[in-house]
Amino acid sequence: MKKWQCVVCGFIYDEAEGWPDEGIAAGTRWEDVPADWQCPDCGVGKEDFEMIEMG
Amino acid sequence: MSDSGALIIVGTGLAGYNLAKELRKLDTERELILVTADDGRFYSKPLLSTGFAKGKQADELAMQGASMMAEQLNARVITHTRVTAIDAQSRTLQTSEGELSYGDLVLACGAHARPLPLSEDMHDRVLSINDLSDYGRFRQQLAGHKRVAIIGAGLIGSEFANDLALGGLEVQVIAPDEQLMPGLVPAQVAAPVQAALEELGVRFHLGRSVAGVHAAGAALRLELDDGSHLEADQVLSAIGLLANTALAQEAGLLCGRGIQVDRYLRTSDPHIYALGDCADVMGMQLMYVMPLMSCARALARTLTGQATEVSYPVMPVMVKTPACPLVVSPPVTAAKGLWTISGEGRDIKALFHDAEGVLHGYALTGAAVSEKLQLNRQLPAWLA
Repeated sequence: MKKWQCVVCGFIYDEAEGWPDEGIAAGTRWEDVPADWQCPDCGVGKEDFEMIEMG
Repeated sequence: MSDSGALIIVGTGLAGYNLAKELRKLDTERELILVTADDGRFYSKPLLSTGFAKGKQADELAMQGASMMAEQLNARVITHTRVTAIDAQSRTLQTSEGELSYGDLVLACGAHARPLPLSEDMHDRVLSINDLSDYGRFRQQLAGHKRVAIIGAGLIGSEFANDLALGGLEVQVIAPDEQLMPGLVPAQVAAPVQAALEELGVRFHLGRSVAGVHAAGAALRLELDDGSHLEADQVLSAIGLLANTALAQEAGLLCGRGIQVDRYLRTSDPHIYALGDCADVMGMQLMYVMPLMSCARALARTLTGQATEVSYPVMPVMVKTPACPLVVSPPVTAAKGLWTISGEGRDIKALFHDAEGVLHGYALTGAAVSEKLQLNRQLPAWLA
């Protein structure tokens, strides 16, 4: 499981935790997060934003 | 359209720096200068309203310093320098540190907090937080104190109420309307957010305005318009933002509430562009990150020779009130319509339909927030 960070605001998406608030189950890999998902902190889109792979 | 001569960006907030980043993806060569009145640190503004709960000092929110940004962007970043005038004819800028010539100019000069009409000697005790240095100053003022009075219960006032309460402060909010975030969400949606904040210990004085703020010993005494009063150690004013248009206006550029630009982000002068909080794009003044990113990407293309109109997808606003999460997609695409409210308790779903039954917006709280993505797909783009 990996973590991805939004370069605009520093929000971290942790694949292990998912983002259940928006119906993204724990364990959802980044590539399986819907393309129109948006950063919960700053609102930028997945494709617009480089998420930094944190390992 | 792109031209020879330096590209100068006024402002190093998210708009200025993100435009520079997008531009460098397309053109690594053109002379690029950013001018800022502050220290030029790169930081994410949305994080200013979640910093107290996380115990973050201003320095911890800064991601990179100006010299690091300059190196990464292959640009000059001129800090602590205010642009005092633009001469569009000769394409020069007057600054507090001298004159600069540009080929193209981008105004990314942001907005300022609407001033609260209070006596001058209160200015350190009544602060607004609109940038990183404001945040630092506010934290400094608050050190060792507990009681904060927030004036204004819009999005920013509500976010700070939540964040400061989570940060262990005693928070009171005074606002003239009877609900939180009027104009953004219907009352039935604001209610659970208010209830959740009250559970955190926030006290609201709604339908009230502040008649005066006075020093009372070491504390402050706020007089309300109904004759009642309350005490606080620090006041946070959150009564809205006004686009910084003065520089553009003096240069003769067309301005309304913001600097008016077309879909190419061009002002009434062909070599001057604007984006971010200072800009009014086709009548839309959207002071959020997502719109400015759409603008930064389109403008970077335009400035490198591929004229590109900005388009806006659906851009819901995530309100950072973790006590009761709220997401709103304002019905910007419909002039008229009605809200339909369903759900109960903390979990409210409000949908905005026009007379033909077409969905144009929503506001979701609590567990209903999970419907966001699915609703976004039903909404028309804001600027197709």
